[in-house]
Amino acid sequence: MGEGNPSFWPHKDLIDITTLDRDEIALVLETAGRFSEINERPVKKVPILKGKSVVLFFAEPSTRTKTSFDVAGKRLSADTFSLATSGSSLTKGESLKDTALTLESMRPDAIVIRHSRSGAAQFLASRLDCSVINAGDGRHAHPTQALLDAFALSRVWESFEDKNVLIVGDIAHSRVARSDVVLLTKLGARVRLCGPRTLLPSSLESWPVEVHSRLDKACQGVDAIICLRLQLERQAAGLFPDVREYARTYGLGPRHLAEADPGVRVLHPGPMNRGVEIDNELADSGQSLILDQVYAGVCVRMAVLFLLLTRPNQGDGHGRR
Amino acid sequence: MAGVEMLVRSVLWGGRPHDLVVSGGKIVELSPNPVATGSEVELVDGSGLLLLPSMIDAHVHLREPGQEYKEDIASGLGAAAAGGIGRVLAMANTMPVNDQASVTRFMLSQAARSHPNGPFLHPVGALTKGLAGKELAPLMELAEAGCLAFSNDGRPVGDNALFLRALEYASDTGLPVIDHCEDPDLARGGAMNEGRISSLLGLTGIPVTAEALQVARDILLAEYLDLHVHLAHVSCRQAVELIAWAKGRGVRVTAETCPHYLLWDETLVGDYNTRAKVNPPLRTWDDVLAVRQALAEGILDILVTDHAPHADHEKEQTFDDAPFGISGLDTALSLVLGLVKNGFLDMETVMDRFAWRPADIFGLPANRFRPGDPADFFLFDPDLDWKVDERTMRSKGKNTPCLGTELQGRVTRHFLAGKEIFRLQAEDMK
Repeated sequence: MGEGNPSFWPHKDLIDITTLDRDEIALVLETAGRFSEINERPVKKVPILKGKSVVLFFAEPSTRTKTSFDVAGKRLSADTFSLATSGSSLTKGESLKDTALTLESMRPDAIVIRHSRSGAAQFLASRLDCSVINAGDGRHAHPTQALLDAFALSRVWESFEDKNVLIVGDIAHSRVARSDVVLLTKLGARVRLCGPRTLLPSSLESWPVEVHSRLDKACQGVDAIICLRLQLERQAAGLFPDVREYARTYGLGPRHLAEADPGVRVLHPGPMNRGVEIDNELADSGQSLILDQVYAGVCVRMAVLFLLLTRPNQGDGHGRR
Repeated sequence: MAGVEMLVRSVLWGGRPHDLVVSGGKIVELSPNPVATGSEVELVDGSGLLLLPSMIDAHVHLREPGQEYKEDIASGLGAAAAGGIGRVLAMANTMPVNDQASVTRFMLSQAARSHPNGPFLHPVGALTKGLAGKELAPLMELAEAGCLAFSNDGRPVGDNALFLRALEYASDTGLPVIDHCEDPDLARGGAMNEGRISSLLGLTGIPVTAEALQVARDILLAEYLDLHVHLAHVSCRQAVELIAWAKGRGVRVTAETCPHYLLWDETLVGDYNTRAKVNPPLRTWDDVLAVRQALAEGILDILVTDHAPHADHEKEQTFDDAPFGISGLDTALSLVLGLVKNGFLDMETVMDRFAWRPADIFGLPANRFRPGDPADFFLFDPDLDWKVDERTMRSKGKNTPCLGTELQGRVTRHFLAGKEIFRLQAEDMK
């Protein structure tokens, strides 16, 4: 790697976007761009992380994120190990701390964690010497998702400055939205949020965003729209009346795109509820970047693993803090 | 002076040196002039020390029976003695719940066995069976067994009709009802104050409205029934304003707050700091200022610790999974002293809120240093620095945000009915 020398990468962990400055974000995206070429080769593997061990600790169901990290690690020749919750000691009542210490005793170089509790990744990071990568903690943060969203957009945009990005749906419970807002604003984009009041955080005044309640107005002039997945259990919690009404009010369809910039791009972190938060045909249209996001995910996660696992002094001083 | 047992020489009272004379477990005289006594008298040098009345903590959790690994009655009362607290009201959320006389008697016997000279334990009986909020507990039986008040503790009764009946029925015992003011539906699932920080951390918030709504309910019921309700650990401006309004109307409400609501705000939760997880949650700085002012003005009547000890491994979890609670007996007075030194409160107000007013509300003896008052007092060195850590805290629960920090001010000796129940040792200062 030439410019963006990873020897300057200062972070042991990747917990959220707030800890990254704009140059560091640029370095991740640029590194991801360089690694994307590997994914196009007939033999999609380089020995750059040979001998490194990465534990995939997914204490919450996930298919695409886990697979994406797994593919990313293997393409860089890291050994990846999965720990599923079903059948794991966590389901037998073991504390997160003890699980983490047990895992670290096996001397991994990084643990990728997905957990239902906000702060779980930071909890591990403050106690373990190996790198901790947050693959989604509760409703707090999902930094690699935000980075891959930015990477997918960076492949079609020259710059984020003065771009308008709309995030629509269940913002309150979304770690993707929180990380996207931080990342996109750091890159110079303007962010709008749209969703029913019951699915918006209670204290939005401190967020650097515009808030809309009507989707057609929110779409006016936007350059990208990120649809969030609707969790159907929110209906049972009384946060919206029913899926049909939600889809009519906040489901993204072709008529909304007429309000947006002609080059508007549509994103979705997946898995999608087609016909609920996004129109079926729109998801498959030329304006959709949804499959590009999946591709971007592998590139970005390769970059993150590379930057964390090749930083100076990496691998020193295993043991409890 | 004949019959005198103890003379505390040159101790500071009201900013001036006084001599305190004790006999038969009672105050004989507090004199600004040197007092002459016979040779049999125990002389205590009070030079440079403050003389303060032994305090009453009307809200503690001693965890026995059932969770002795967090705290037991012996260790909890030991921490109280070291903190200048001579009487504690122990909450009912033990295992089993204190909803029957056998549990009350067990608690009293454990206290008498471990601390025969005090600190004294006064059980608070459960308001409803099992704290389940469905049926009234046997309040008469609990009162006869020695309970001093009733409360559903951290599981407030959401059923307004049941709570009204509980107030009516409890009034026949003459004992007050203490209510943890939190609307259970609005607070459900919450882990910290609802606001900017909860939204950034992705934690479910507990809105101030959850507290204020229940405070308003209790005020309206107290007025409707013309009965006394005591409001537990008030934490926010909205609640304070409602209580001020109620008192202005002559409604029979009293209220308490804790040192942590006077000192710390929600920013302490910071990076998911579980030692700052408490219920009600630490609020905004505006709420802190409102609570301080309300305590100084007497809108909030008393100070309590809401001492809620937990084991380290319980707090060492993700924020959502960690239990609520701050261990407070050891540190309460040192924390409040900081506010005295900064001029937010004066020492007499602190003693009124931590000794005299709780005695009035809960019908306990108080020492106002008048002749004949019980000789319940302690000596306090306001300049003594100490580090809050595992060794200097007497409570088994080390779960306080000030763990590892230096505090100023320490109880050096503590007497109840003239008998010494605590003396600061060298190991307490490590």
